[in-house]
Amino acid sequence: MIDIIIAASVLGIMGIIFGIGLSIAAKVFAVEVDERVAEIRKVLSGANCGMCGCVSCDAYAEAVALKKFKVNACVVGGNIVANAIGNIMGVKADEVKEVTARVLCNGVCSVTNDKFLYSGVKTCLAEAQIYNGRKSCSYACLGNGDCVKVCDFDAIYIKDGIAMVNEKNCRACGKCVATCPKKIIVLEPKDNKVTVICSSKDKGPITKKNCSVGCIGCTLCVKKCPSNAINMDGHLAIIDYEKCTNCGECVTVCPTKAIVFYA
Amino acid sequence: MINVIITSFLSAVLIENFVLVRFLGICPFLGVSKKIDTALGMGVAVIFVMAIASAVTWMLQEYILKFFHLEYLQTIGFILVIATLVQLVEMVLQKTSKSLYKALGVYLPLITTNCAILGACLINIQKGFDLINSLLYGIFAGVGFTLALVLFAGIRERLENAEVPEFLKGFPISLISASLVSLAFFGFQGLVK
Repeated sequence: MIDIIIAASVLGIMGIIFGIGLSIAAKVFAVEVDERVAEIRKVLSGANCGMCGCVSCDAYAEAVALKKFKVNACVVGGNIVANAIGNIMGVKADEVKEVTARVLCNGVCSVTNDKFLYSGVKTCLAEAQIYNGRKSCSYACLGNGDCVKVCDFDAIYIKDGIAMVNEKNCRACGKCVATCPKKIIVLEPKDNKVTVICSSKDKGPITKKNCSVGCIGCTLCVKKCPSNAINMDGHLAIIDYEKCTNCGECVTVCPTKAIVFYA
Repeated sequence: MINVIITSFLSAVLIENFVLVRFLGICPFLGVSKKIDTALGMGVAVIFVMAIASAVTWMLQEYILKFFHLEYLQTIGFILVIATLVQLVEMVLQKTSKSLYKALGVYLPLITTNCAILGACLINIQKGFDLINSLLYGIFAGVGFTLALVLFAGIRERLENAEVPEFLKGFPISLISASLVSLAFFGFQGLVK
C-alpha cells in the first residue's frame, strides 16, 4: 500500500513541478496575438475559396487585422460580412459588388438535338472528352451535374437537361466555374440583369441547326444597344457590364431569344 | 577519456545511427525531410531535447527512481520529462523563430512521442553510463539524427527533379531510397568493438 502512495506522490510531485515550470516559461515566452484576427475569422464563412485574393479565410483575417487589407474583399460574405469586419476594425466598409454565377447555355432538351447516344460515365467531365459531349452544339451544357455536386450552397440545379443557378443562394465562390469542363459557367454582377445565355462561337447557320435559341451572330443587338455595351467575339455577342444599363433593348430585338432578362 | 568520447561519437552517429540503424524516429525522418533547412531546424531541436532529456532522465533514474525503488516507473517518468522539455522547446521556437515553428508544424510536438528521444534515454540506462557520458551520448545521438535527416533531405530534393516512374512517385521512392541509405550505414558495423 505504502509503495503505491510513494509511487503516486513521486510522479504527482514531478508533474506539479514541471507544470509550474512550464507556466512560468509560458509567461516568459508569451507571443503577442492580435484578438481581432480571431474575431474577424469568426465572421468569415471558412469556405477558403480564394476570391478575396488570400489563400484561406485564416490568411484573409490576418491580412485585414495586421496588414490593413480592404474589409470588403470577401465576395462570398457580401455586404453583411464586410460591415461586420468594418465594425471590428473600426472603419466603414465600402459596398461589396455582389456577383453571381450564371450558366451560359439555354439549350434545354426541347430546343437541341444530340449527335450520338452517350452511355458512358454520367459526368460532364467524362462526357466532354468524347467529341465535346452528345449535344450537336459543342459548347452546350451537358446537364450531368458536376457543378451541382460541387456546390456547397445548393445554388445550382439541373432542369430540362441543363444547369441553372438559383441566384438567391449563389455565394459566387467560383467552384462551379472551375468544375465545368466546358467552361460555360461565368461570374457576373448580380445587378446586371441582361445576359447572353449562349456560349456558341460557331457560325450562324451551324448554331441555328444545333439549337433554336443559340446566338447566331446577326449583330442586331450590337446595333440596337443605346450604350454601345455589346461587342461581337467571333459569332457570339458579349455584353460589357461596365456599360450595360439594363434597358433590355437587346432582349426585344434578338431573333433567337439568346439574350434574356434575369428577373 | 578522449577514447571514450570518440567511441561514443562514432557509435552514436555512424555505427548505431538512431534513424538508419536502430530505426527509431522514422516519423520525423520521413515527415520533415522534404527540405534541407527544415530538416536542419528539426535536427537542432532534437539535439537540444535529447541532450537535456538524457541528463535530466539520468538524474531522475539515479536519485529518485533508484532511491524509492521505483524503477518500474522508468517509462512514464521519462515521458513526463521529455514532454515537458518539448513543450518548452515549442514555446521558445514560437517566440524566437516563427517561420521555423510554422515549417515544422505538427512534427515539433511529435518529438515527444518520438521513440528516438525515449530510446536515447533508455539506452543510456542500459549501457550503464554515468552523467557526463549520458549527456554526451545524448548530444551525439542528436547529431546522428540530424545527419540522417539532412542527408535524406538532400536526396529527396534531388529526387524532385529526377525521372521517377509514376507509380513510385512520392512516398514509395522515398522509402526505397531510405532503405538504401540505411543499408549503406550498416556497412559501419564492426568498426568499434
